[in-house]
Amino acid sequence: MIISDRKQSSPDSANPKINWARIEEADNFAKTVKLFRQGKYDEESFRRFRLQHGAYGTRMTSDYAMVRIKIPAGEIYPDQIEKISQLSEQYSIGSAHFSTRENIQLHWVILEDVSEIFRGLAEVGLTSREACGNSVRNVMCSPLSGVCPDEKFDATPYALATARFFLRNPMAQNLPRKFKFNFTCCEKHGMVRMVDVGLIPQTREIDGALQRGFKIFLGGGLGNKSYVGNQLEDFTSEEDLLYTSIAVIRIFDRLGDRKNLARNRMRYLVNDMGWDKFQNLVFKERAIVRATQSIITQLEVDHSSTQIRRPIRISDESGNMAIPDGYARWLKTNTVKQIQPDYRSVFLTLEAGDITASQLYALASIIRDFSSEGKARSGFVQNIALRYVHEDDLPRLYSRLLDVGLAKSGALTMTSPIGCSGTTSCNLALTNSHRLAKEIQRKFLELKFDEDDDLSDSSIKISGCPNSCGQHGIATIGFFGGGGRVGKDMYANYQMSLGGRSDGDTMLGQTCLRVPAKRVIPVILKIIETFKEHKKSDDTLKSWIHRVVSGNEDSSVKSINDIKKILEPMIIPPAKEDDPDFYLDYGSDSSYHTKTGKGECAA
Amino acid sequence: MCCLIESGKITTDVDSLRSEIRDKSVRVIDVRREDDYKRDHIPTAVNLPLANLLSDDSPDRVLKLVNSMGIDDETSVVVYDDTFGALASRVAWTLEYLGHSDVTLLETTYSKWKSLGLENDSLVPEFQNKDHSIKLQSNILATSEYLENAKSRDDVILLDNRERLNFLEQHIPGAISLPYRTLASGDKILRSKEDMKRLFENRGIVGNSEIITYCGSVGTLSGLAYYALKSVGLPNTKLYVRSFKEWKNLQKPTEKQEDASYWDLSAE
Repeated sequence: MIISDRKQSSPDSANPKINWARIEEADNFAKTVKLFRQGKYDEESFRRFRLQHGAYGTRMTSDYAMVRIKIPAGEIYPDQIEKISQLSEQYSIGSAHFSTRENIQLHWVILEDVSEIFRGLAEVGLTSREACGNSVRNVMCSPLSGVCPDEKFDATPYALATARFFLRNPMAQNLPRKFKFNFTCCEKHGMVRMVDVGLIPQTREIDGALQRGFKIFLGGGLGNKSYVGNQLEDFTSEEDLLYTSIAVIRIFDRLGDRKNLARNRMRYLVNDMGWDKFQNLVFKERAIVRATQSIITQLEVDHSSTQIRRPIRISDESGNMAIPDGYARWLKTNTVKQIQPDYRSVFLTLEAGDITASQLYALASIIRDFSSEGKARSGFVQNIALRYVHEDDLPRLYSRLLDVGLAKSGALTMTSPIGCSGTTSCNLALTNSHRLAKEIQRKFLELKFDEDDDLSDSSIKISGCPNSCGQHGIATIGFFGGGGRVGKDMYANYQMSLGGRSDGDTMLGQTCLRVPAKRVIPVILKIIETFKEHKKSDDTLKSWIHRVVSGNEDSSVKSINDIKKILEPMIIPPAKEDDPDFYLDYGSDSSYHTKTGKGECAA
Repeated sequence: MCCLIESGKITTDVDSLRSEIRDKSVRVIDVRREDDYKRDHIPTAVNLPLANLLSDDSPDRVLKLVNSMGIDDETSVVVYDDTFGALASRVAWTLEYLGHSDVTLLETTYSKWKSLGLENDSLVPEFQNKDHSIKLQSNILATSEYLENAKSRDDVILLDNRERLNFLEQHIPGAISLPYRTLASGDKILRSKEDMKRLFENRGIVGNSEIITYCGSVGTLSGLAYYALKSVGLPNTKLYVRSFKEWKNLQKPTEKQEDASYWDLSAE
């Protein structure tokens, strides 16, 4: 008897429609690792191969890799979550990490085990192929697409079709640099002007018929140098979506900088050429693509609708369940009403995107029991959302989440900062941004800042180096790590910027001052205090900072410089004898020094 | 049941065990805590809580225990636990060390057995004392001294079966990290032979190398790894039974992964 044959999968489990995996890639990867270890494959070619397959290098060692699992459009199914739980326990550190681009990352994986992870992923139709390297990275879609009250239509099928078209497509295997698509639902939920190609659904009426299309933004991106994307044209019809994407990728492939690694993202090409010229080139190239496709190439957009069916409960429905403590706070700060009456989307509060294997395992069955679409969506901010939760089921869901430590409040507020992986695993990191994000979250939840409406639409984002994996440039309060020095002693030091945003009024934060790691929390508290003193009645921290950085504030604190003056006394380094802790970064008990290896973002 | 030498059998499947119990041709050992055992267990199983064994696992004491469970040199023994096979492995290894050759692990855990609706009861069986011989198998035991000498040899592979973060934090120099969780598959305490072989081959754990396993303190997780290695026919395998706890107490050298704050990635 084979035991596993007897195990019945839950009959209500929704199943993925697309299989992204190719099992032969696991064998091929294992073989290549062996050849590399035997010296039959040179370092550089191996690195390209490894990255193409979604295995990134790890801090200060070549024995380990980070496997970045793509979740196209953020759609993830319970069986897939269970598998990732198992893989994180077997080959990683017993926790997995939700990224800012709807990937799930497994860290500290032994290079020789990576192929075993591929094998496991293939069982549930997932891949990490082209999650790193110079290819089309995971295609994102708003976690609220399909349920957002402000969207024109659901972009999810288009995001999935785009991901499918470019995955393993020869035209996108050797680009000058990585290339990213973000689909969203509406202006407010944003993230489309900070990416190579950003798309917002829109419609127009032609001869009484409603036509679907997109607002497309090109050439934006966050990085050592960040740019805001430009809108290509008023309306790009859905028929033109693929032609436009191919045209842009072709131009980038042909003209992008392949030499200067620091300047080879498409945004530099757009900037160097000038927007008007680039825009014209896209129109011309698109006309050529349209004219020269021998067979009409269209995206295979799957419009079949997801079945919405409230999971059947075996337990007693009628019994009045006692509402657990903290429910109201959680309801307010973690859930949003959907356009569909009686349904809400529920966001889980994670700490800088981290979740344990056992929480993931529990989450899979919670999704089956509570999401009427039977799946979940990874979000833009290191989190995950369950959608189509019936309002009557919310207290019960909260109590289930409470049981597994996933019911913390504040997911949709400033109390859930983003922290890139920093010195926990990244070769480029200068500071432990990851832990700092967790420290801020713990402190701010303790202070109940998540319940403060003045703070809810603001954000805190932290990168461990000037590169922008932590997206600090679009944060209300953003930080990127570096080192500070007093004589021969060093300390972790963050450059702070204020007023960044990624919505319809996208702008990059403006540099304010450098803040030592151990002063970040008091400095943010001081900013909040200053805001509370000077705010107008309907102000939020975000709107107040926006006025200050735009020079439109009329109180006594009216510029970044005024804020800087208030904060300056707080950032003076103490003598080492007086405060030795100041010279230690979070999570470290040895004296701070900057130490980095070779980055692979540009490899 | 076939004997160990003939087939290299490491685990006993559920169906075989059920028929062996019916035929009264097996001694089943339940290594869970006494309270759990008393509530219910696989029919005819005798209880030997791991803690009881570990309180004194000298050969003389083990011999007494084995005799009192009615096990002689010819008795076929199957051991089970509810801890993914690790505790059962430590007990099985102890019997093997004493010189008992016919001992295997139940392929799954007791929880799984129960969830399949298979028989269980709370009867405590009584057995007539038997007279087992002692033929200590020192070739399957590694002491700290042995390990220290062996480490410098090229043909010795040292496996650390603790979780990855513990390994990164501190390990015996030269060890390979192979967390115990890697060895299981679904409801089985050990993966299939083919899967296990591939896993080991990827890691260069092959051929005629001598392999020594260790874990945190008492040789449970590494006991499971000991059987995993045997399941693919790797013949020359030893258990460093006192493991990392003893190694540290003896203040022998350790190694760590420097310059990274990996603990902060854990959501625990």
